[in-house]
Amino acid sequence: MGNSKATREAFGDTLVELGEKNENIVVVSCDLEGSTKVEGFIKKFPDKSVRCGIAEANGVGISAGLALEGFRPFLCSFGHFITGKYLEMFQSIAYNQAGVVIVGTHSGVSIGQDGPTQMGLRDIGVMRLLHNMSVIQPADYNETKQVVEYLASKTFPVYLRLGRKAVPEINSSDYKFEFGKGVVLRDGKDFTILATGTVVSSALEASKELSSKGIDTRVINIHTLKPIDKELILKCAKETKGILAIDDHYIIGSLGSIAAEIIAENGIPTPVHACGVKDFGQSGAPEELYREYGLDKEGIVNKIIKLYD
Amino acid sequence: MGGDLREHARNIRKLILESIYLAGSGHPGASLSITDIVTALMFEEMNWLEFKEKKANWRDTDIPRDRFVLSKGHGIPAWYATLTDAGIISKEELYSLRKFGSPLQGHPDRVRFQYIDSSGGALGQGLSVAIGRAIGLKSKQMSCRVYCIIGDGESQEGQIWEAAMFAPNKQVDNLLCIIDHNKYQQDGRIEDIMPLESFPSKWKAFGWNVLEIDGHNFTEILTAFRNARETKRKPTAIIAHTLKGNLGNGQLFMKGLHAGKIDKDSYENAMEMLENGK
Repeated sequence: MGNSKATREAFGDTLVELGEKNENIVVVSCDLEGSTKVEGFIKKFPDKSVRCGIAEANGVGISAGLALEGFRPFLCSFGHFITGKYLEMFQSIAYNQAGVVIVGTHSGVSIGQDGPTQMGLRDIGVMRLLHNMSVIQPADYNETKQVVEYLASKTFPVYLRLGRKAVPEINSSDYKFEFGKGVVLRDGKDFTILATGTVVSSALEASKELSSKGIDTRVINIHTLKPIDKELILKCAKETKGILAIDDHYIIGSLGSIAAEIIAENGIPTPVHACGVKDFGQSGAPEELYREYGLDKEGIVNKIIKLYD
Repeated sequence: MGGDLREHARNIRKLILESIYLAGSGHPGASLSITDIVTALMFEEMNWLEFKEKKANWRDTDIPRDRFVLSKGHGIPAWYATLTDAGIISKEELYSLRKFGSPLQGHPDRVRFQYIDSSGGALGQGLSVAIGRAIGLKSKQMSCRVYCIIGDGESQEGQIWEAAMFAPNKQVDNLLCIIDHNKYQQDGRIEDIMPLESFPSKWKAFGWNVLEIDGHNFTEILTAFRNARETKRKPTAIIAHTLKGNLGNGQLFMKGLHAGKIDKDSYENAMEMLENGK
Protein backbone atom coordinates (compact mmCIF):
# COMPACT_ATOMS: atom_id res chain seq x y z
CA MET A 1 0.00 0.00 0.00
CA GLY A 2 1.45 3.31 -1.08
CA ASN A 3 0.93 6.91 -0.06
CA SER A 4 -2.36 7.90 1.52
CA LYS A 5 -4.49 10.53 -0.19
CA ALA A 6 -8.21 11.24 -0.21
CA THR A 7 -10.34 10.24 -3.20
CA ARG A 8 -11.61 13.85 -3.41
CA GLU A 9 -8.00 14.93 -4.05
CA ALA A 10 -7.77 12.57 -7.01
CA PHE A 11 -11.02 13.97 -8.34
CA GLY A 12 -9.79 17.58 -8.19
CA ASP A 13 -6.38 16.78 -9.70
CA THR A 14 -7.83 14.72 -12.54
CA LEU A 15 -10.44 17.30 -13.42
CA VAL A 16 -7.76 19.95 -13.95
CA GLU A 17 -5.91 17.57 -16.32
CA LEU A 18 -9.09 16.75 -18.20
CA GLY A 19 -10.05 20.42 -18.52
CA GLU A 20 -7.21 20.83 -20.99
CA LYS A 21 -8.37 18.03 -23.28
CA ASN A 22 -12.12 17.75 -22.94
CA GLU A 23 -14.02 20.89 -23.91
CA ASN A 24 -17.36 19.50 -22.75
CA ILE A 25 -16.42 19.40 -19.09
CA VAL A 26 -18.06 22.04 -16.92
CA VAL A 27 -17.88 22.34 -13.14
CA VAL A 28 -21.04 23.43 -11.36
CA SER A 29 -20.27 24.33 -7.76
CA CYS A 30 -22.59 24.97 -4.84
CA ASP A 31 -20.01 26.75 -2.69
CA LEU A 32 -17.61 24.32 -0.88
CA GLU A 33 -15.16 24.59 -3.78
CA GLY A 34 -12.15 24.05 -1.52
CA SER A 35 -13.75 21.11 0.26
CA THR A 36 -14.90 19.40 -2.94
CA LYS A 37 -11.49 20.07 -4.51
CA VAL A 38 -12.67 21.95 -7.59
CA GLU A 39 -10.88 25.19 -6.66
CA GLY A 40 -8.01 24.36 -9.02
CA PHE A 41 -10.32 23.73 -11.97
CA ILE A 42 -12.33 26.89 -11.34
CA LYS A 43 -9.18 29.00 -11.11
CA LYS A 44 -7.77 27.56 -14.31
CA PHE A 45 -11.00 27.38 -16.30
CA PRO A 46 -13.28 30.20 -15.11
CA ASP A 47 -15.22 30.06 -18.38
CA LYS A 48 -16.04 26.40 -17.79
CA SER A 49 -17.15 26.97 -14.22
CA VAL A 50 -20.65 27.80 -13.05
CA ARG A 51 -20.69 28.99 -9.46
CA CYS A 52 -24.21 28.67 -8.06
CA GLY A 53 -23.53 29.60 -4.48
CA ILE A 54 -25.38 27.85 -1.68
CA ALA A 55 -28.29 26.80 -3.85
CA GLU A 56 -28.10 23.09 -4.59
CA ALA A 57 -31.55 22.74 -6.16
CA ASN A 58 -30.72 25.42 -8.70
CA GLY A 59 -27.35 23.72 -9.24
CA VAL A 60 -29.14 20.48 -10.10
CA GLY A 61 -31.37 22.22 -12.65
CA ILE A 62 -28.58 24.23 -14.23
CA SER A 63 -26.41 21.11 -14.54
CA ALA A 64 -29.30 19.30 -16.20
CA GLY A 65 -29.76 22.16 -18.69
CA LEU A 66 -26.05 22.18 -19.50
CA ALA A 67 -26.06 18.40 -20.02
CA LEU A 68 -29.06 18.70 -22.34
CA GLU A 69 -27.02 21.17 -24.41
CA GLY A 70 -24.27 18.57 -24.81
CA PHE A 71 -21.94 19.47 -21.96
CA ARG A 72 -20.62 17.07 -19.30
CA PRO A 73 -21.25 18.89 -16.02
CA PHE A 74 -19.65 17.80 -12.75
CA LEU A 75 -22.05 19.06 -10.10
CA CYS A 76 -20.22 19.23 -6.78
CA SER A 77 -21.23 19.44 -3.15
CA PHE A 78 -21.15 17.34 -0.01
CA GLY A 79 -22.92 14.04 -0.64
CA HIS A 80 -25.37 14.72 2.15
CA PHE A 81 -26.40 18.10 0.75
CA ILE A 82 -26.67 17.30 -2.93
CA THR A 83 -28.54 14.02 -2.48
CA GLY A 84 -31.00 15.91 -0.28
CA LYS A 85 -32.29 17.32 -3.57
CA TYR A 86 -33.91 14.03 -4.48
CA LEU A 87 -36.96 15.35 -6.31
CA GLU A 88 -34.86 17.78 -8.33
CA MET A 89 -32.42 15.02 -9.30
CA PHE A 90 -35.33 12.74 -10.14
CA GLN A 91 -37.05 15.14 -12.53
CA SER A 92 -34.38 17.48 -13.88
CA ILE A 93 -31.55 14.93 -14.20
CA ALA A 94 -32.76 11.31 -14.17
CA TYR A 95 -36.16 11.67 -15.85
CA ASN A 96 -34.64 14.07 -18.38
CA GLN A 97 -31.79 11.60 -19.01
CA ALA A 98 -29.43 14.50 -18.52
CA GLY A 99 -25.83 13.34 -18.38
CA VAL A 100 -24.71 14.99 -15.17
CA VAL A 101 -21.94 13.63 -12.95
CA ILE A 102 -23.23 14.34 -9.45
CA VAL A 103 -20.22 14.42 -7.17
CA GLY A 104 -20.84 13.98 -3.45
CA THR A 105 -17.80 14.35 -1.23
CA HIS A 106 -17.56 14.04 2.56
CA SER A 107 -19.34 10.72 2.58
CA GLY A 108 -19.69 8.65 5.72
CA VAL A 109 -18.80 9.05 9.39
CA SER A 110 -15.17 9.32 8.32
CA ILE A 111 -15.62 13.07 7.89
CA GLY A 112 -15.31 13.07 11.69
CA GLN A 113 -15.98 15.99 13.94
CA ASP A 114 -18.44 17.98 11.83
CA GLY A 115 -21.11 15.49 12.81
CA PRO A 116 -24.37 14.08 11.44
CA THR A 117 -25.73 17.14 9.64
CA GLN A 118 -22.72 17.04 7.30
CA MET A 119 -22.24 13.27 6.91
CA GLY A 120 -23.37 11.63 3.69
CA LEU A 121 -24.76 8.46 5.23
CA ARG A 122 -27.86 7.87 3.13
CA ASP A 123 -26.63 9.03 -0.25
CA ILE A 124 -26.08 5.62 -1.86
CA GLY A 125 -29.55 4.51 -0.77
CA VAL A 126 -31.12 7.61 -2.26
CA MET A 127 -29.21 7.51 -5.55
CA ARG A 128 -29.85 3.79 -6.10
CA LEU A 129 -33.55 4.60 -6.29
CA LEU A 130 -33.17 6.79 -9.35
CA HIS A 131 -33.81 4.87 -12.56
CA ASN A 132 -30.95 5.07 -15.09
CA MET A 133 -28.62 6.50 -12.44
CA SER A 134 -25.28 4.78 -11.92
CA VAL A 135 -23.51 4.89 -8.55
CA ILE A 136 -19.73 4.67 -8.17
CA GLN A 137 -17.54 4.84 -5.08
CA PRO A 138 -13.81 4.41 -5.74
CA ALA A 139 -11.47 3.20 -3.02
CA ASP A 140 -8.15 4.95 -3.63
CA TYR A 141 -6.42 7.75 -5.50
CA ASN A 142 -5.49 5.85 -8.64
CA GLU A 143 -8.89 4.23 -8.96
CA THR A 144 -10.63 7.60 -8.54
CA LYS A 145 -8.45 9.11 -11.23
CA GLN A 146 -9.43 6.38 -13.67
CA VAL A 147 -13.10 6.65 -12.70
CA VAL A 148 -13.13 10.41 -13.32
CA GLU A 149 -11.41 9.95 -16.70
CA TYR A 150 -13.93 7.26 -17.63
CA LEU A 151 -16.94 9.33 -16.56
CA ALA A 152 -15.70 12.42 -18.40
CA SER A 153 -15.78 10.42 -21.63
CA LYS A 154 -19.36 9.18 -21.11
CA THR A 155 -22.77 10.85 -21.23
CA PHE A 156 -24.89 8.95 -18.70
CA PRO A 157 -26.08 10.32 -15.34
CA VAL A 158 -24.05 9.04 -12.41
CA TYR A 159 -23.46 9.64 -8.71
CA LEU A 160 -19.79 9.68 -7.73
CA ARG A 161 -19.27 9.21 -3.99
CA LEU A 162 -16.01 10.50 -2.59
CA GLY A 163 -14.40 10.66 0.82
CA ARG A 164 -12.72 13.33 2.89
CA LYS A 165 -10.10 11.27 4.68
CA ALA A 166 -6.85 10.01 3.21
CA VAL A 167 -6.91 6.36 2.18
CA PRO A 168 -3.99 4.11 1.18
CA GLU A 169 -3.54 2.81 -2.36
CA ILE A 170 -5.13 -0.62 -2.41
CA ASN A 171 -4.79 -1.50 -6.07
CA SER A 172 -1.63 -2.57 -7.90
CA SER A 173 0.17 -0.03 -10.07
CA ASP A 174 -1.04 -1.72 -13.28
CA TYR A 175 -4.70 -1.68 -12.11
CA LYS A 176 -7.31 -0.96 -14.77
CA PHE A 177 -10.75 0.27 -13.70
CA GLU A 178 -13.65 -1.55 -15.34
CA PHE A 179 -17.11 -0.01 -14.95
CA GLY A 180 -19.57 -2.43 -13.31
CA LYS A 181 -16.96 -5.03 -12.38
CA GLY A 182 -16.03 -5.97 -8.82
CA VAL A 183 -12.34 -6.43 -8.07
CA VAL A 184 -11.02 -9.49 -6.22
CA LEU A 185 -8.28 -8.02 -4.03
CA ARG A 186 -7.62 -11.18 -2.01
CA ASP A 187 -8.89 -14.65 -2.68
CA GLY A 188 -10.25 -16.88 0.05
CA LYS A 189 -12.60 -19.81 0.54
CA ASP A 190 -14.31 -19.32 3.94
CA PHE A 191 -15.94 -15.90 3.90
CA THR A 192 -16.40 -13.06 1.46
CA ILE A 193 -15.96 -9.46 2.50
CA LEU A 194 -17.60 -7.04 0.08
CA ALA A 195 -16.27 -3.55 0.66
CA THR A 196 -16.62 -0.19 -1.03
CA GLY A 197 -14.92 3.19 -0.72
CA THR A 198 -12.89 4.31 2.27
CA VAL A 199 -13.34 1.01 4.16
CA VAL A 200 -11.77 -1.25 1.52
CA SER A 201 -8.36 -0.80 3.14
CA SER A 202 -9.82 -1.82 6.55
CA ALA A 203 -11.20 -4.96 4.88
CA LEU A 204 -7.78 -5.85 3.47
CA GLU A 205 -6.06 -5.40 6.82
CA ALA A 206 -8.75 -7.48 8.51
CA SER A 207 -8.39 -10.23 5.93
CA LYS A 208 -4.65 -10.45 6.57
CA GLU A 209 -5.16 -10.72 10.32
CA LEU A 210 -7.87 -13.32 9.88
CA SER A 211 -5.46 -15.44 7.78
CA SER A 212 -3.10 -15.55 10.71
CA LYS A 213 -6.00 -16.89 12.78
CA GLY A 214 -6.72 -19.55 10.18
CA ILE A 215 -9.79 -17.90 8.60
CA ASP A 216 -9.53 -17.53 4.88
CA THR A 217 -11.45 -14.49 3.61
CA ARG A 218 -11.98 -13.19 0.11
CA VAL A 219 -11.98 -9.40 -0.26
CA ILE A 220 -13.90 -7.76 -3.09
CA ASN A 221 -13.79 -4.07 -3.92
CA ILE A 222 -17.21 -3.03 -5.21
CA HIS A 223 -16.49 0.36 -6.79
CA THR A 224 -19.60 0.30 -8.96
CA LEU A 225 -22.67 -0.08 -6.77
CA LYS A 226 -25.05 0.38 -9.68
CA PRO A 227 -24.99 -1.44 -12.03
CA ILE A 228 -23.43 -3.92 -9.63
CA ASP A 229 -21.40 -7.01 -10.54
CA LYS A 230 -24.17 -9.56 -9.86
CA GLU A 231 -22.21 -12.42 -11.35
CA LEU A 232 -19.28 -11.97 -8.99
CA ILE A 233 -21.52 -11.57 -5.93
CA LEU A 234 -23.44 -14.74 -6.80
CA LYS A 235 -20.16 -16.60 -7.37
CA CYS A 236 -18.93 -15.54 -3.91
CA ALA A 237 -22.26 -16.53 -2.35
CA LYS A 238 -21.94 -20.00 -3.87
CA GLU A 239 -18.26 -20.52 -3.10
CA THR A 240 -18.02 -19.16 0.46
CA LYS A 241 -20.03 -19.72 3.66
CA GLY A 242 -21.13 -16.16 4.20
CA ILE A 243 -21.00 -12.60 2.96
CA LEU A 244 -20.07 -9.58 5.04
CA ALA A 245 -20.76 -6.25 3.34
CA ILE A 246 -19.04 -3.21 4.77
CA ASP A 247 -19.60 0.42 3.89
CA ASP A 248 -19.30 3.76 5.67
CA HIS A 249 -23.03 4.35 5.14
CA TYR A 250 -26.32 3.68 6.85
CA ILE A 251 -26.77 -0.10 6.67
CA ILE A 252 -30.20 0.12 5.05
CA GLY A 253 -29.94 0.84 1.34
CA SER A 254 -26.26 0.27 0.81
CA LEU A 255 -23.98 -2.62 -0.13
CA GLY A 256 -25.43 -5.16 2.31
CA SER A 257 -28.97 -4.45 1.08
CA ILE A 258 -27.89 -4.74 -2.54
CA ALA A 259 -26.05 -8.03 -1.97
CA ALA A 260 -28.96 -9.49 0.02
CA GLU A 261 -31.42 -8.61 -2.76
CA ILE A 262 -29.30 -10.31 -5.40
CA ILE A 263 -28.53 -13.41 -3.36
CA ALA A 264 -32.11 -13.89 -2.16
CA GLU A 265 -33.50 -13.35 -5.64
CA ASN A 266 -31.32 -16.20 -6.88
CA GLY A 267 -32.40 -18.56 -4.13
CA ILE A 268 -28.94 -19.03 -2.64
CA PRO A 269 -29.10 -19.77 1.11
CA THR A 270 -25.85 -17.99 1.99
CA PRO A 271 -26.27 -15.54 4.88
CA VAL A 272 -25.54 -11.84 4.27
CA HIS A 273 -24.32 -9.62 7.11
CA ALA A 274 -23.35 -5.99 7.17
CA CYS A 275 -21.12 -3.58 9.03
CA GLY A 276 -22.17 0.04 8.82
CA VAL A 277 -23.91 2.86 10.58
CA LYS A 278 -27.17 2.16 12.41
CA ASP A 279 -28.07 5.67 13.55
CA PHE A 280 -27.50 9.32 12.55
CA GLY A 281 -23.75 9.14 13.17
CA GLN A 282 -22.02 11.52 15.59
CA SER A 283 -18.99 13.79 16.05
CA GLY A 284 -15.61 12.30 16.84
CA ALA A 285 -12.28 11.46 15.29
CA PRO A 286 -12.69 9.26 12.19
CA GLU A 287 -10.77 6.42 13.90
CA GLU A 288 -13.04 6.59 16.95
CA LEU A 289 -16.10 6.51 14.76
CA TYR A 290 -14.83 3.58 12.70
CA ARG A 291 -14.22 1.72 15.98
CA GLU A 292 -17.71 2.60 17.24
CA TYR A 293 -19.45 1.40 14.06
CA GLY A 294 -17.27 -1.65 13.50
CA LEU A 295 -15.71 -0.29 10.33
CA ASP A 296 -12.05 -0.60 11.33
CA LYS A 297 -9.83 -3.67 11.10
CA GLU A 298 -10.73 -4.87 14.62
CA GLY A 299 -14.45 -4.42 14.04
CA ILE A 300 -14.36 -6.50 10.87
CA VAL A 301 -12.13 -9.18 12.41
CA ASN A 302 -14.40 -9.51 15.45
CA LYS A 303 -17.52 -9.67 13.31
CA ILE A 304 -16.09 -12.44 11.11
CA ILE A 305 -14.82 -14.44 14.09
CA LYS A 306 -18.28 -14.22 15.65
CA LEU A 307 -19.89 -15.33 12.41
CA TYR A 308 -17.34 -18.09 11.90
CA ASP A 309 -18.10 -19.54 15.33
CA MET B 1 -51.03 39.38 -37.56
CA GLY B 2 -53.18 39.73 -34.44
CA GLY B 3 -56.12 38.26 -36.37
CA ASP B 4 -54.16 35.20 -37.42
CA LEU B 5 -52.98 34.65 -33.89
CA ARG B 6 -56.52 34.91 -32.60
CA GLU B 7 -57.58 32.24 -35.12
CA HIS B 8 -54.73 29.97 -34.04
CA ALA B 9 -55.56 30.53 -30.39
CA ARG B 10 -59.23 29.73 -31.00
CA ASN B 11 -58.29 26.46 -32.69
CA ILE B 12 -55.73 25.63 -29.99
CA ARG B 13 -58.36 26.13 -27.28
CA LYS B 14 -60.63 23.69 -29.12
CA LEU B 15 -57.84 21.15 -29.37
CA ILE B 16 -57.05 21.54 -25.66
CA LEU B 17 -60.63 20.87 -24.68
CA GLU B 18 -61.01 17.98 -27.12
CA SER B 19 -57.86 16.23 -25.95
CA ILE B 20 -58.59 16.65 -22.24
CA TYR B 21 -62.20 15.61 -22.77
CA LEU B 22 -61.10 12.47 -24.60
CA ALA B 23 -58.46 11.72 -21.98
CA GLY B 24 -61.06 11.93 -19.22
CA SER B 25 -58.72 13.99 -17.02
CA GLY B 26 -56.28 16.87 -17.18
CA HIS B 27 -55.78 20.52 -16.34
CA PRO B 28 -57.93 22.78 -18.54
CA GLY B 29 -57.59 25.92 -16.39
CA ALA B 30 -53.83 26.36 -16.64
CA SER B 31 -53.79 25.23 -20.29
CA LEU B 32 -56.34 27.88 -21.24
CA SER B 33 -54.60 30.65 -19.29
CA ILE B 34 -51.34 30.19 -21.25
CA THR B 35 -52.95 29.57 -24.64
CA ASP B 36 -52.41 33.07 -26.05
CA ILE B 37 -48.82 33.13 -24.80
CA VAL B 38 -47.86 29.79 -26.39
CA THR B 39 -49.70 30.77 -29.56
CA ALA B 40 -47.59 33.92 -29.86
CA LEU B 41 -44.43 31.95 -29.05
CA MET B 42 -45.07 29.36 -31.76
CA PHE B 43 -46.36 31.60 -34.55
CA GLU B 44 -44.46 34.84 -33.97
CA GLU B 45 -41.58 34.62 -31.55
CA MET B 46 -39.79 31.27 -31.63
CA ASN B 47 -38.24 29.72 -34.74
CA TRP B 48 -39.85 26.28 -34.55
CA LEU B 49 -41.79 26.57 -37.81
CA GLU B 50 -38.54 27.24 -39.65
CA PHE B 51 -37.08 23.99 -38.28
CA LYS B 52 -40.29 22.13 -39.03
CA GLU B 53 -39.88 23.19 -42.68
CA LYS B 54 -36.25 22.06 -42.66
CA LYS B 55 -37.28 18.73 -41.12
CA ALA B 56 -34.57 19.28 -38.52
CA ASN B 57 -33.54 16.65 -36.02
CA TRP B 58 -35.31 18.05 -32.99
CA ARG B 59 -32.84 16.37 -30.62
CA ASP B 60 -29.76 17.88 -32.23
CA THR B 61 -28.35 20.24 -29.60
CA ASP B 62 -26.16 21.95 -32.19
CA ILE B 63 -28.99 23.41 -34.25
CA PRO B 64 -30.10 26.93 -33.32
CA ARG B 65 -33.69 25.99 -32.59
CA ASP B 66 -35.16 28.04 -29.75
CA ARG B 67 -35.66 26.01 -26.56
CA PHE B 68 -38.96 25.87 -24.73
CA VAL B 69 -39.40 24.77 -21.12
CA LEU B 70 -42.87 24.55 -19.62
CA SER B 71 -42.02 24.55 -15.94
CA LYS B 72 -45.68 24.57 -14.93
CA GLY B 73 -45.97 21.16 -16.52
CA HIS B 74 -49.67 20.65 -15.85
CA GLY B 75 -50.40 23.18 -18.60
CA ILE B 76 -48.85 20.86 -21.19
CA PRO B 77 -52.09 20.20 -23.14
CA ALA B 78 -51.72 23.79 -24.40
CA TRP B 79 -48.33 22.91 -25.88
CA TYR B 80 -49.52 19.61 -27.38
CA ALA B 81 -52.45 21.49 -28.95
CA THR B 82 -50.13 24.20 -30.27
CA LEU B 83 -47.86 21.59 -31.86
CA THR B 84 -50.95 20.10 -33.50
CA ASP B 85 -52.21 23.43 -34.79
CA ALA B 86 -48.73 24.13 -36.17
CA GLY B 87 -48.76 20.78 -38.02
CA ILE B 88 -45.77 19.44 -36.08
CA ILE B 89 -47.79 16.54 -34.66
CA SER B 90 -51.03 15.01 -35.91
CA LYS B 91 -54.47 15.14 -34.34
CA GLU B 92 -54.24 11.39 -33.79
CA GLU B 93 -51.14 11.90 -31.71
CA LEU B 94 -52.84 14.69 -29.78
CA TYR B 95 -55.83 12.49 -29.02
CA SER B 96 -53.54 9.93 -27.40
CA LEU B 97 -52.99 12.39 -24.53
CA ARG B 98 -52.67 10.56 -21.20
CA LYS B 99 -53.39 7.18 -22.80
CA PHE B 100 -51.29 4.09 -22.10
CA GLY B 101 -48.26 3.96 -24.38
CA SER B 102 -48.58 7.58 -25.56
CA PRO B 103 -45.57 9.89 -25.66
CA LEU B 104 -48.01 12.62 -24.62
CA GLN B 105 -47.79 11.95 -20.90
CA GLY B 106 -49.98 13.78 -18.38
CA HIS B 107 -46.99 16.02 -17.62
CA PRO B 108 -44.06 16.81 -19.96
CA ASP B 109 -41.68 13.90 -20.62
CA ARG B 110 -38.58 14.84 -22.59
CA VAL B 111 -37.44 11.29 -23.19
CA ARG B 112 -40.73 9.96 -24.56
CA PHE B 113 -41.60 13.04 -26.62
CA GLN B 114 -39.08 14.88 -28.75
CA TYR B 115 -40.93 18.21 -28.74
CA ILE B 116 -40.29 18.69 -25.03
CA ASP B 117 -37.05 20.40 -23.98
CA SER B 118 -37.32 19.48 -20.31
CA SER B 119 -39.48 17.10 -18.33
CA GLY B 120 -41.64 18.82 -15.77
CA GLY B 121 -44.55 18.52 -13.40
CA ALA B 122 -43.01 18.76 -9.95
CA LEU B 123 -43.04 22.54 -9.69
CA GLY B 124 -40.17 24.97 -9.24
CA GLN B 125 -37.52 23.26 -11.37
CA GLY B 126 -37.94 24.38 -14.98
CA LEU B 127 -36.45 27.85 -14.66
CA SER B 128 -33.15 26.38 -13.44
CA VAL B 129 -33.03 23.92 -16.35
CA ALA B 130 -33.85 26.76 -18.75
CA ILE B 131 -30.96 28.80 -17.31
CA GLY B 132 -28.61 25.83 -17.74
CA ARG B 133 -29.64 25.55 -21.37
CA ALA B 134 -29.29 29.31 -21.85
CA ILE B 135 -25.74 29.49 -20.49
CA GLY B 136 -24.90 26.36 -22.48
CA LEU B 137 -26.11 28.04 -25.67
CA LYS B 138 -24.09 31.16 -24.88
CA SER B 139 -21.02 29.06 -24.29
CA LYS B 140 -21.55 27.42 -27.69
CA GLN B 141 -22.03 30.91 -29.13
CA MET B 142 -25.45 29.99 -30.45
CA SER B 143 -27.89 32.81 -30.98
CA CYS B 144 -31.15 30.98 -30.31
CA ARG B 145 -33.08 31.78 -27.15
CA VAL B 146 -34.68 29.94 -24.25
CA TYR B 147 -38.30 30.47 -23.27
CA CYS B 148 -39.62 29.30 -19.95
CA ILE B 149 -43.16 29.53 -18.61
CA ILE B 150 -43.64 29.29 -14.87
CA GLY B 151 -46.77 29.73 -12.78
CA ASP B 152 -47.61 32.31 -10.17
CA GLY B 153 -48.49 29.60 -7.67
CA GLU B 154 -45.28 27.87 -8.68
CA SER B 155 -43.43 30.98 -7.53
CA GLN B 156 -44.13 29.89 -3.97
CA GLU B 157 -41.36 27.31 -4.52
CA GLY B 158 -37.95 28.28 -3.10
CA GLN B 159 -36.00 27.04 -6.12
CA ILE B 160 -37.67 29.69 -8.30
CA TRP B 161 -35.91 32.33 -6.20
CA GLU B 162 -32.56 30.53 -6.34
CA ALA B 163 -32.90 30.68 -10.12
CA ALA B 164 -34.19 34.26 -9.98
CA MET B 165 -31.03 35.24 -8.09
CA PHE B 166 -28.72 33.43 -10.50
CA ALA B 167 -29.88 34.63 -13.92
CA PRO B 168 -29.40 38.42 -13.50
CA ASN B 169 -26.11 37.90 -11.65
CA LYS B 170 -24.78 35.94 -14.62
CA GLN B 171 -26.41 38.24 -17.19
CA VAL B 172 -28.39 35.46 -18.84
CA ASP B 173 -30.05 37.71 -21.42
CA ASN B 174 -30.92 34.94 -23.89
CA LEU B 175 -33.56 33.73 -21.46
CA LEU B 176 -37.16 34.86 -21.25
CA CYS B 177 -39.22 33.85 -18.24
CA ILE B 178 -42.95 34.24 -18.68
CA ILE B 179 -45.03 34.07 -15.53
CA ASP B 180 -48.60 32.95 -16.03
CA HIS B 181 -50.23 35.11 -13.38
CA ASN B 182 -53.71 33.59 -13.30
CA LYS B 183 -54.08 34.23 -9.54
CA TYR B 184 -55.05 30.64 -8.68
CA GLN B 185 -53.36 27.51 -7.40
CA GLN B 186 -54.89 24.05 -6.99
CA ASP B 187 -56.48 24.77 -3.62
CA GLY B 188 -57.87 28.19 -4.42
CA ARG B 189 -56.92 31.84 -4.69
CA ILE B 190 -53.22 32.58 -4.22
CA GLU B 191 -54.30 35.69 -2.33
CA ASP B 192 -56.01 33.51 0.29
CA ILE B 193 -53.32 30.83 0.55
CA MET B 194 -49.87 32.42 0.21
CA PRO B 195 -49.99 35.88 -1.37
CA LEU B 196 -47.07 36.81 -3.61
CA GLU B 197 -47.00 40.41 -2.27
CA SER B 198 -45.37 43.02 -4.52
CA PHE B 199 -44.67 40.31 -7.06
CA PRO B 200 -43.19 42.53 -9.83
CA SER B 201 -41.05 44.39 -7.26
CA LYS B 202 -39.57 41.09 -6.11
CA TRP B 203 -38.39 40.21 -9.63
CA LYS B 204 -37.08 43.75 -10.12
CA ALA B 205 -35.20 43.58 -6.82
CA PHE B 206 -33.51 40.38 -8.02
CA GLY B 207 -32.30 42.31 -11.08
CA TRP B 208 -34.68 41.25 -13.85
CA ASN B 209 -36.07 43.40 -16.62
CA VAL B 210 -39.72 43.12 -15.58
CA LEU B 211 -42.69 43.71 -17.90
CA GLU B 212 -46.31 43.45 -16.84
CA ILE B 213 -48.87 42.72 -19.52
CA ASP B 214 -52.32 41.41 -20.26
CA GLY B 215 -51.48 37.82 -21.18
CA HIS B 216 -54.48 37.57 -23.49
CA ASN B 217 -53.67 40.67 -25.55
CA PHE B 218 -51.48 39.80 -28.54
CA THR B 219 -50.27 43.34 -29.08
CA GLU B 220 -49.01 43.50 -25.50
CA ILE B 221 -47.53 39.99 -25.69
CA LEU B 222 -45.60 40.71 -28.89
CA THR B 223 -44.40 44.10 -27.67
CA ALA B 224 -43.07 42.49 -24.50
CA PHE B 225 -41.33 39.72 -26.51
CA ARG B 226 -39.62 42.39 -28.62
CA ASN B 227 -38.57 44.33 -25.53
CA ALA B 228 -37.11 41.15 -24.01
CA ARG B 229 -35.16 40.36 -27.17
CA GLU B 230 -33.69 43.86 -27.23
CA THR B 231 -32.74 43.88 -23.55
CA LYS B 232 -29.08 43.04 -23.08
CA ARG B 233 -27.10 41.92 -20.03
CA LYS B 234 -30.16 41.00 -18.00
CA PRO B 235 -32.91 38.41 -18.32
CA THR B 236 -36.51 39.45 -18.80
CA ALA B 237 -39.48 38.33 -16.74
CA ILE B 238 -42.89 38.97 -18.24
CA ILE B 239 -45.63 38.91 -15.67
CA ALA B 240 -48.63 38.03 -17.79
CA HIS B 241 -51.97 38.69 -16.13
CA THR B 242 -54.24 35.91 -17.29
CA LEU B 243 -57.54 34.27 -16.48
CA LYS B 244 -57.50 30.64 -15.47
CA GLY B 245 -59.76 28.79 -17.89
CA ASN B 246 -60.11 31.70 -20.33
CA LEU B 247 -62.01 30.62 -23.43
CA GLY B 248 -60.61 33.62 -25.28
CA ASN B 249 -63.44 36.04 -24.67
CA GLY B 250 -63.06 36.33 -20.92
CA GLN B 251 -65.53 33.51 -20.23
CA LEU B 252 -64.09 30.87 -17.92
CA PHE B 253 -64.34 27.20 -18.76
CA MET B 254 -66.00 25.33 -15.88
CA LYS B 255 -65.33 28.33 -13.59
CA GLY B 256 -61.59 28.02 -14.20
CA LEU B 257 -61.46 24.32 -13.21
CA HIS B 258 -57.89 23.41 -12.18
CA ALA B 259 -58.04 19.67 -12.79
CA GLY B 260 -60.60 16.97 -13.24
CA LYS B 261 -63.11 15.45 -15.57
CA ILE B 262 -64.79 17.69 -18.09
CA ASP B 263 -68.57 17.25 -18.12
CA LYS B 264 -70.32 16.76 -21.44
CA ASP B 265 -72.53 19.86 -21.28
CA SER B 266 -69.71 22.22 -20.40
CA TYR B 267 -67.59 20.69 -23.15
CA GLU B 268 -70.26 20.93 -25.84
CA ASN B 269 -71.20 24.49 -24.90
CA ALA B 270 -67.58 25.62 -24.93
CA MET B 271 -66.85 23.89 -28.22
CA GLU B 272 -69.90 25.43 -29.81
CA MET B 273 -68.89 28.85 -28.58
CA LEU B 274 -65.33 28.42 -29.91
CA GLU B 275 -66.65 27.01 -33.19
CA ASN B 276 -68.82 30.05 -33.75
CA GLY B 277 -65.96 32.31 -32.79
CA LYS B 278 -68.13 34.14 -30.31
